[in-house]
Amino acid sequence: MVTVKLFGIAKEIVGGSTLTLDSPVANVEELLHYLRERYPEFAKLTSLLIAVNDEYARPATVIHDTDEIAVIPPVSGG
Amino acid sequence: MAKPLVHITAEPIIPQEVIDLVRADAAGALNVFIGTVRNSTQNKAVVKLVFEAYERMAIKEMQKIIDRARERWPVTAMAIHHRVGELGIGDLPVVIAVSTPHRQQGFAACQYAIDTLKETVPIWKKEIFADGEQWVSAHP
Repeated sequence: MVTVKLFGIAKEIVGGSTLTLDSPVANVEELLHYLRERYPEFAKLTSLLIAVNDEYARPATVIHDTDEIAVIPPVSGG
Repeated sequence: MAKPLVHITAEPIIPQEVIDLVRADAAGALNVFIGTVRNSTQNKAVVKLVFEAYERMAIKEMQKIIDRARERWPVTAMAIHHRVGELGIGDLPVVIAVSTPHRQQGFAACQYAIDTLKETVPIWKKEIFADGEQWVSAHP
């Protein structure tokens, strides 16, 4: 099963720095749908992106169990 | 020991150390951007900021900024250092230094670097107020 890393406000929305999904997701689009459905607070954010293996991923990007997946809420560095 | 050109650290950033990383005999200009923690946001007093990074990806995205700047301007050297953890008013979250043959290229490359960093690098900032806190830019 896929485990995703969480940062910033995403960590607070879920209540932890990682989340192990309890149902499979095939791609980034399905993961975003999963997150917004389980945690409606995600739908209120300015943006929500997913990184696969340290790179910003597109909705169609396929997710494998071995990938490093991270939830990227709106960034605010600098 | 000299620090890397791209660096994320929990220790205070010393601007002179970042500057020294990009000094070069071929450069006629050395441009520096220093971000500083402001004491207020939208007329609300800020007590402190907390920065968090997805470090592995942030390093990659910061390196991409340097690579793209090199494609656009004749950059002799560029260094980007970003701090994480708790920062007080006046502390330095980010220091960018770029050396170029001429000054116009340096101003442009430095502005590109900080503007792009704010858009693409996975680092997050939480503002702590006397009566609450908020993740910056999280909500419309």
